[in-house]
Amino acid sequence: MTLDPVVLARVQFALTVMFHYLFPPLSIGLGALLVMMEGAYHWTGDEEWERLARFWTKVFAVNFALGVATGIVMEFQFGTNWSTYSRFVGDVFGSALAAEGVFAFFLESGFLAVLVFGWDRVSKRAHFFATVMVALGATFSAVWIVIANSWQQTPAGFALVAHHGVMRAEITDFWAMVFNPSSVQRLVHVMLGAYATGAAFVASVSAYYVLKGRHGNLARKSLALSVLFGAAACLAIPASGDTQARTVARTQPAKLAAFEGLYRTQARAPLSLIGWPDDARRETRFGVAIPGLLSFLVHGRVDAPVTGLDAFKAEDLPPVAASFLLYHAMVALGVLLAALFAVSAWRLRGGRLFGDRLLLRALVAGVGAATAANQLGWCAAEVGRQPWIVYGLLRTKDAVSPSVPGRDILASIVMFGVVYALLFVLWLGLLDAKIRRGPEEAEAPRPGGFLGAAAELADPSGGSLTGEEEGR
Amino acid sequence: MNLRVLWFVLLGVLLAGYAVLDGFDLGVGILHPGARDDRERRIFMNSIGPLWDGNEVWLVTFGGALFAAFPEAYATAFSAFYPAFMILLCALIFRAVSMEFRSKRDSRVWRRAWDGAFFLSSLTAAVLFGAAVGDSMLGIPLTAAHEYAGGFWDLLRPYALLVGALNAAMFAMHGAIYLHLKTEGELQRRVRRWMWHSFGVFLTLYLLTTIVTLIRVPRAIANFAEMPWLWGLVVAEVLALANIPRSLYLRRSGQAFVSSTAAIAALVALFGAALYPNLIVSSLDPAGTLTIANAASSQRTLGIMAFIAAAGLPFVLAYTAIIYWVFRGKVELGKFSY
Repeated sequence: MTLDPVVLARVQFALTVMFHYLFPPLSIGLGALLVMMEGAYHWTGDEEWERLARFWTKVFAVNFALGVATGIVMEFQFGTNWSTYSRFVGDVFGSALAAEGVFAFFLESGFLAVLVFGWDRVSKRAHFFATVMVALGATFSAVWIVIANSWQQTPAGFALVAHHGVMRAEITDFWAMVFNPSSVQRLVHVMLGAYATGAAFVASVSAYYVLKGRHGNLARKSLALSVLFGAAACLAIPASGDTQARTVARTQPAKLAAFEGLYRTQARAPLSLIGWPDDARRETRFGVAIPGLLSFLVHGRVDAPVTGLDAFKAEDLPPVAASFLLYHAMVALGVLLAALFAVSAWRLRGGRLFGDRLLLRALVAGVGAATAANQLGWCAAEVGRQPWIVYGLLRTKDAVSPSVPGRDILASIVMFGVVYALLFVLWLGLLDAKIRRGPEEAEAPRPGGFLGAAAELADPSGGSLTGEEEGR
Repeated sequence: MNLRVLWFVLLGVLLAGYAVLDGFDLGVGILHPGARDDRERRIFMNSIGPLWDGNEVWLVTFGGALFAAFPEAYATAFSAFYPAFMILLCALIFRAVSMEFRSKRDSRVWRRAWDGAFFLSSLTAAVLFGAAVGDSMLGIPLTAAHEYAGGFWDLLRPYALLVGALNAAMFAMHGAIYLHLKTEGELQRRVRRWMWHSFGVFLTLYLLTTIVTLIRVPRAIANFAEMPWLWGLVVAEVLALANIPRSLYLRRSGQAFVSSTAAIAALVALFGAALYPNLIVSSLDPAGTLTIANAASSQRTLGIMAFIAAAGLPFVLAYTAIIYWVFRGKVELGKFSY
C-alpha cells in the first residue's frame, strides 16, 4: 500500500482542526455569556449572577486550556504538513496570523489569568474588565482566523509574483485582503454559530439542573439567560446564511452548485430540501425540492438561471455528495436548534419552561446539535472549496510538504489520534465532575432545598450529564 | 533600518521573550520531581498557574511572525523538523493539560501520572528547543529548492543534543531562581540549594558548548569582525552570568532573576548574531541556505506587520506587566488554584 501524503495530510488536518474546533465556539459563546452574567451582577447587584459567573468561569477555563493546547497544533501544521501552501500564502496569510497573535492571543491569555485566578486579587470592577477583555480577545482571534480562511475562499488584494523563481501571492492592498468578498459574512456566521453553541451548552447544563431540581433559582436564571441568548443568535443565523449563500453563488459557483446538488445550469432552479446527489447519473435522487426557490434565493427572481455543476471541468469540481450532505445536515441541525431555542424562549413566559420536562430534555441534548452544526458547517465550507486550497489559485494536491514522507504523517496521525482520544475522554470526565459539583450555594447545605435533596436521593448516581450523552 | 533586518531583530525579541518567560515555566516543570509532597507539588504548579498560558503565547506569536515575515524559512524549518515538531506539540499539549487536570481528582495514581507528564513534557520541550538551536547553528541538509533532504536522525547530532542539555539546564536554573521568589520556609531553603546546583550544571555545559561551537561552527563569529559592537553582547552575557552566583551569595534572588533573564536574552541575541543574515544554513547545497533576503515576504507585508507590531506591542507589554503585578508575591493555595 502506498501512503499518499496528500490524503494523509488532509486526514490529519481534518482530525486536528475538528478536535480543536470543539473548543473555540464554546469559548466565544461562553465568554459572551460570562460578560452578561457578570454585567448583570454589576447592574443589579444580585449576588446570584456572580455565583453563576464564578461557576461558568471554571468550566470556561477547562475549555480554554484545551483550545490553546490544540490550537498550537494548527498554527504549526501549516508549516509541517503544508509547506508549499505556506510558501505560497505566507505573504498574505501570515500577516493575519501575526495580527491574531499580537492583538488576540496576548489579550486573551493575559486577562484569562485575572478572570480565572483573580477573583480575590483584584477589585470586582477590574475583574469585570478582565472578563470583557477575554471575550473581546476570543472575538479578535475569530476575526483574524476567519479573515485568513476567507481569503482562501475568495482571494482579494493580492498579486501573483515570482519570488526567486517560485510563484507566490503577495499583498497589494491590505484592506482588500482583510475585507475580501466573503470575510465579513463568514465572520458573522461563525460568531453566531459560536454564540448559539455557547448558549446551547449553558442551556444544556442548566436544563439538567432544573430537571434534577438542583441549584433552584441559579439554574433557572442561567437557563433563562442562555435560552434568550441562544434564541437571538439562532434567529439571526438564517439571515446570515442567506447572504452568505448569495456570495458563494457569485464567488464560488461550483461550491454552491455542489451544496445544492444542482447538476444542470437552469432557470427556475429548485431548492433541494433532502436528496442524494448521484454523480454517475448526474442528478440528485430521492429528493424533495421546491422549484424555483434556489433561483429566487440567489437572484431574487424565480426565472433567473443558476450555474450548475455542468459549467465546470471535472477536475475543478468539489466532491458533490459530501458537500451536499454536509451542507444540508448543517442546515437541518441549525433549523432544529433554532426551533428548540425559539419554543423554549416562548415557554419562558410565566416560567412554563421550567416545568416542561420534555423541552428541558431536548435542551440537554441541544448542545450536541449545536456542536455538530458548527463542525458540519466548517466541513461543508472546506470540502466545498476543493479541489482548491486557495480558490482558483492553488490546488490542495500541490500544497503539501514535499520533504515529508507519508509514513511520518501516518505516525503523527496515530499519535494525535491517541492523544486526542485521551484528551477527549478526560475533558468529558472533568466537565462531568464540574457539572456534578455545580455552582457554589450561598448558605443552603442541601443544593436545591428539600425537593432537590429528594431528587438526589432518588437518583444516587447523581445523574451524570456527560454519561448520558456518551450512552446515546 | 531595513525592514528585513528589523524583522530579524523582532523575531529575536519574540524568541528571547519566549525563552525568558516560558523558560522559568519549563524550569519549574523540570524541577517538579524535587517537590516532596502534594502541597509542594501544587505550589510548584500554581507558581506558574496564571502565567504559563500568556508565556506560551510568545511562542505562538513567534511562529506566526516567522510565517508572516519569512514564510520560506517557516515552511522549510517546520517541514524539515517534522517528527521533532510532532513530539514538541505532544509535549506542549500534555504540559498544558497536566496542569489543568492534575489537582482535579483526589486519586494518588491520577496525580502521580500527571506529575510525571508535567515533568517529562517540560523536559522534552526544553531539550527540543535547544536541539533546534543547535541544528540551526550546524546547518541542515537542504536542496536548492529549500527542501529538507535529510531524515529524523540527522537532526539528533551530539552537538544538537549538547545544546538541548544546555537549554534544559538553563531553564532549570531560571526556574529555580523563580521558585525561590515564589516560595518560603523549608521549601525555599531546598530551592536555594537547587539554584546553586543548576547554576553549576548550566555553567559547565555553557563553557563546553562555547568551546565546541568555536571549533565546530567557525561561521558563528564571522559577524564579529564586521560588527565589533557585537562584542558588547558577549560582555553583557559574561556580566549577567557572573552576577548570578554573586546575587545568590548575597541572597538577592530578585537580582539573580534579573541576571538570569539578562543572560538568557543575551544568549538568544548571540544566537542571532551567529546566524545573521542567514535563517537556516544549508549544509548540502549553498543555494539552499535561507537568508533574510531570499526567505522574506514582500516589503509591503513587512511594513504592514511592522505597523501591526508597533500598534500592538505597547498593549502586549502593558498586559504582561499587569498580570505579573496582580500575581506578584508568594504562592498561596486557594480555591481557585490548580
